[in-house]
Amino acid sequence: MTAVTGAVPDQAELPDSHGATLAAAVRSEWTKFFSVRSTMWALISTFVFTVGFAALVSWGVSTSYGQMSAQDRASFDATGTSLVGLTFSQLVIAVLGVLMISTEYSTGGIRGTFTAVPRRLRVLLAKAIVLAVVALAIGLLSCFTAFYVGQLFFASKHIEAHLGDPQVFRAVVGGGLYVAACALFGLAVGTVLRHTAGAVTATIALLIVVPPLTLLLPGRWGDAITRYFTSNAGQRIGEVVHTTNALGPWTGYAVFTAEWAAVLLLGAVLLVRRDA
Amino acid sequence: MIEARGLTKMFGDKKAVDELSFIVHPGMVTGFLGPNGAGKSTTMRLILGLDRPTDGVALINGRPYAQATAPMRQVGAVLDAKDVHGGRSARAHLRALAQSNSLPASRVDDVLDLTGMTEVASKRIKGFSLGMSQRVGIAAAMLGDPEILMFDEPVNGLDPEGIVWIRTFMRSLAARGRTVFVSSHLMSEMALTADHLIVIGRGRLLADTSTDDFISENSAARVRVRSPQQQDLARVLAERGAVVDRVEGYLELSGLRTEEVGDLAAEHQLTIHELFQQRSSLEDAFMELTGESVEYHAGSAPHAPAPPVSAQQ
Repeated sequence: MTAVTGAVPDQAELPDSHGATLAAAVRSEWTKFFSVRSTMWALISTFVFTVGFAALVSWGVSTSYGQMSAQDRASFDATGTSLVGLTFSQLVIAVLGVLMISTEYSTGGIRGTFTAVPRRLRVLLAKAIVLAVVALAIGLLSCFTAFYVGQLFFASKHIEAHLGDPQVFRAVVGGGLYVAACALFGLAVGTVLRHTAGAVTATIALLIVVPPLTLLLPGRWGDAITRYFTSNAGQRIGEVVHTTNALGPWTGYAVFTAEWAAVLLLGAVLLVRRDA
Repeated sequence: MIEARGLTKMFGDKKAVDELSFIVHPGMVTGFLGPNGAGKSTTMRLILGLDRPTDGVALINGRPYAQATAPMRQVGAVLDAKDVHGGRSARAHLRALAQSNSLPASRVDDVLDLTGMTEVASKRIKGFSLGMSQRVGIAAAMLGDPEILMFDEPVNGLDPEGIVWIRTFMRSLAARGRTVFVSSHLMSEMALTADHLIVIGRGRLLADTSTDDFISENSAARVRVRSPQQQDLARVLAERGAVVDRVEGYLELSGLRTEEVGDLAAEHQLTIHELFQQRSSLEDAFMELTGESVEYHAGSAPHAPAPPVSAQQ
């Protein structure tokens, strides 16, 4: 540190600006997002998990395709199988969403953020926009790469899917959309709970631990809960072959969207009401 | 200008801030003084809209801060220097803040220069000392070159050079017409920095006065005298108009000088064993004022030597 005199220059001639607009908040959140190391690691992991599992599982399926029963062959989904890595990458991206807000609280940075931009919903909206754009981009990149990698293996058995086939393009784009939704789900849970550990645990529980457990619930209500539960609904958009007893691709995605939106709305209400 | 009107904040059933009303004017340094736990930081958070008041309002230039369109042009605040994501470089942290208010990127270089942080700007904040973090906080507060500056205990963690620097810095801001509102629990520090004092204890306003008045009112010299004929001496002194108290085996009085007390005793042929002038320090005056309002007393050690205040000069 160099010694400084402590003298203050005359009031700086700052150009008249628009102040703390939403666009300004988005630029700020963009800079914040990409100036911490965890972001790049999470984005790289999302890509590696999605594509890596596509290669692994597609290779495995294509080598054992000869031994598969006729029934299994009939329900084989070349597109859905190539996107199987989303099961893991959805967690990575959701945790990134959690961290985007929870680290503001764990570091105390939230007070500086809200002092600079006292309109808190503007901050939350800016975070959601940056996160959605980045997650959608990495989701689409990962899913298209995973799709092509998967089809390389399937092509050897002539069971590959093509983007021009019915529903296939929708499913691959849908994989990217699902990644974005998971990120926003994480942001929403993080906004409500504020603590990193609690929010990460809750997000993992809600996205992958609880959904399969809902199958244990009895009766028609149990079936309904299973169908509508977070990833059980949201993941349908990445499939071409319809899973029995599940919601349709767009219906499922709409349900999952409504779910994270509801949690984010709750978070927004709490964000405005609570002391920072 | 900062204005608090009946500002009240409850945490559970505990009143952290209790119907505080005051005005902080531009062109001077206003010290916000009170013992630890008096509610200074909470009051600052209420002013910035970070906490919601239970009752009352805090206004910045007549409006709640949350309604500001260009917040960083209006207010710069350094609350807790460690309230920042350590994983970011100082430059990235400042750039993000500048962007949030559409401030030109050149301001980042300006404030890094102002605080002497240019050389370490690309390092991650995590590795900074408390003093360096304070400078990052001050740099952030100065980004919008605001009219109003708020500092919460700014000298904490600073080395003597840093303390002199921030004192000069605050005084020069005030000299240029800015509103400077700075909290401290150190009376001696405020005596050197502040033109005006707002003193609180247990969330309540105890004094709102100029520093000069506070000093002259509260550091009046008192005389102590010990005599085997304490009763008679007290009567004689009281007849001469002195206000006499009995303290620790002495008579303590104001209104008469030591010479007058000695002469008076001789005149009445009263024996004196001890006679001296007791000048209460500002710190004493502050402790007397806030004594009943201190949240946590450190046992009963009335004569414990005051801890040395670093870098007085």
